[in-house]
Amino acid sequence: MTKLVLRDGYLLDPGQETLEQGDLFIADGRIVGLGQPPDGFVPDRVLELGGRIVSPGLIDLSVSLREPGFEHKATIAGETRAAVKGGVTTLCCSPETEPPCDTPAVIELIREKAELAGRCKVIPVGALSQGLGGESLSEMHALKTAGCQVVGNGTRPLANPLVWRRALEYAATYDLLVVVRPMDPWLAARGNVHEGPVASRLGLPGIPASAETVAVAQILALVEETGTRVHFTCLSTFRAAAMIGAARKNGLPVSSDVAAHSLHLTEQAIAGFDPAAHVIPPLRTLADRDGLREAVADGGIQAICSDHQPHEADAKADVFAATEPGISALETLLSLTLKLVEEGGISLPRAISRLTAGPAAILGIRAGRLAAGEAADLCVFDPQASWRVEEANWVSQGRNTPFWGQTMPGKVRYTLVDGEVVYPDGDEAAG
Amino acid sequence: MIPVRDLQLDEQGRLRHFLTIDGLGAEWLRRIMDTAETFASVGERQVKKVPLLRGKTVVNLFFETSTRTRTTFELAAKRLSADVLNINVAVSATAKGETLLDTIRNLEAMSVDMFVVRHADSGAAHFIARHVAPHVSVINAGDGRHAHPTQALLDVFTIRRHKPEFDRLRVAIVGDILHSRVARSQIQALKALGVPDVRVVAPKTLLPVAVETFGVKAFHDLGEGLEGVDVVIMLRLQKERMEGALLPSEREYYRCFGLTCERLARAKPDVLVMHPGPINRGVEISSAVADGARSVILEQVSHGIAIRMAVMVLAMRSGQ
Repeated sequence: MTKLVLRDGYLLDPGQETLEQGDLFIADGRIVGLGQPPDGFVPDRVLELGGRIVSPGLIDLSVSLREPGFEHKATIAGETRAAVKGGVTTLCCSPETEPPCDTPAVIELIREKAELAGRCKVIPVGALSQGLGGESLSEMHALKTAGCQVVGNGTRPLANPLVWRRALEYAATYDLLVVVRPMDPWLAARGNVHEGPVASRLGLPGIPASAETVAVAQILALVEETGTRVHFTCLSTFRAAAMIGAARKNGLPVSSDVAAHSLHLTEQAIAGFDPAAHVIPPLRTLADRDGLREAVADGGIQAICSDHQPHEADAKADVFAATEPGISALETLLSLTLKLVEEGGISLPRAISRLTAGPAAILGIRAGRLAAGEAADLCVFDPQASWRVEEANWVSQGRNTPFWGQTMPGKVRYTLVDGEVVYPDGDEAAG
Repeated sequence: MIPVRDLQLDEQGRLRHFLTIDGLGAEWLRRIMDTAETFASVGERQVKKVPLLRGKTVVNLFFETSTRTRTTFELAAKRLSADVLNINVAVSATAKGETLLDTIRNLEAMSVDMFVVRHADSGAAHFIARHVAPHVSVINAGDGRHAHPTQALLDVFTIRRHKPEFDRLRVAIVGDILHSRVARSQIQALKALGVPDVRVVAPKTLLPVAVETFGVKAFHDLGEGLEGVDVVIMLRLQKERMEGALLPSEREYYRCFGLTCERLARAKPDVLVMHPGPINRGVEISSAVADGARSVILEQVSHGIAIRMAVMVLAMRSGQ
């Protein structure tokens, strides 16, 4: 098997506040040494890093790969290629496919396509309800038997609080982690932006912050009764983050993440009816953005995700309300997180831990650390380099990003999965 | 994304599209009103036509039914000698699955010069303006809850003809502010022209959140809201508001927010009563007030034609 050395990097282990300069040794897909090679180590290949940072590969908890069913938007092969370009080595993909991911067959299909693509590791999230319909429970035991560890209903609501309670109880029976995107459908009504001054001025129907806090309060009350492990994904309000943080301190088995764009953009982004900023949950106030940043820094929020939702151009080429929500975000995840470090308020190792050790702990998987014996899922990046979000650099099939044309800090140089360099691939390295 | 301001004015600062009052500024509002003054008399002549838009094609593109607005735009265009095409898209192309962009492209291919657009979604006119060919102008005839700028202009035009000193006025807008594109544009026009006291009067369910950021004061009692006002603008109440749990009943609404002679007595004696129409007698306004001496509701309608002629002429000039 291949023996590889990453020479002269800064080794970033999210468990430590300082970076060590040195080499990293890989054999048989695993990290076998940091700083010092194991006895008798003779590398087959050397990657000279010239002082770039080596961190664990990023773990993205919220990604829509669109396949099966929506291949006109994106494919597993294409989006996992975008993922590794962004330094992501493991991602959780949404059950909102067609057919929905509510049977072992769909789980198998996704897994096979991901393996065939050979880029990053893909963890399919199983549907919590049959057909994501929100009325009856999915066959969670069958999903579990097929290797599924995580279930959720994506952006789709469950019919009522009783179905939520039953779903949480049933998921707990098989020790499944339940991922919840908290939004009360009645309060959200037909809103498509944050209910606030900008929405009022533009005359766009708003989604109040209470749509999120009410949903979180309801689920937290049910977790108290059922003890189910619940992960809240894509928070948009600082109040929800505070509620979940407090519940966690009180010992409830809950965790949360936030999409990187919610840490940068606010309701102001929609001021010109820009469909690129149409996203659900909506971009909220400056106070929300800053409160979410604080929660990320102090650990109230444990992970940052991309909430990657690629779309074809037509999905965004219409009047605001008629456009589909979502941002193509895999490739800007690391850069937007590094931007947080640039702007102050969080250290580099801590920010990176929200992309690595944080999500690994939520999923309960062994990953996200830089230590001997761990799988060599790695991201090598240059924090000083910058890149422009534009056609020449873009991999995802979805061009729908409000950051198009902007310059981003931090460039991924290599991504490794199980010790294999999956980015850049042969063509990309040549170009 | 091009800022809205740059979308409306071209590089020479001329009016390219007319989409919203927001950010347009007092100077432009006065210029449009001054131009409208020159057209106000055209309707009183024997031959009601001027040749300013001869050879131009104006398309009334209505994705939402409307009789009054479409008719006044049609009359305005015809009095300017333009060729007018009325397209009711609600029962036409998009019902067959054609996208909005395709509809626009197809019409553009017929060498049209101007789209007058009415649409149920906020931002529709902006969207079309962003995508039309460089020589085509877009006039917003009402988009969702967002803007109805020609309506707001004809309202301030009507006010100016009676009470030209905007910086001394008190104006109350009463009713469903939440869903009203007319109210949003009126507030922006009144504030731009320097009206110091603009009030909105409605129950809390019919006010947008953060309405005070519009620069208005909110009242929930009609009597208090009308105290000493120079102008009261009543808004139409849609029946759907009862279904959405926004209001209990028309009867209770009229009891609290209906404009009657007794309530109007708290306003100034020379108060102007306005309504963008169509009115619901006995729901938001009593017949005695609507048909009374203080009402200028029908004047608004005839001013609508002059204002729309002015906007069309000014916008068409940039394309030449």
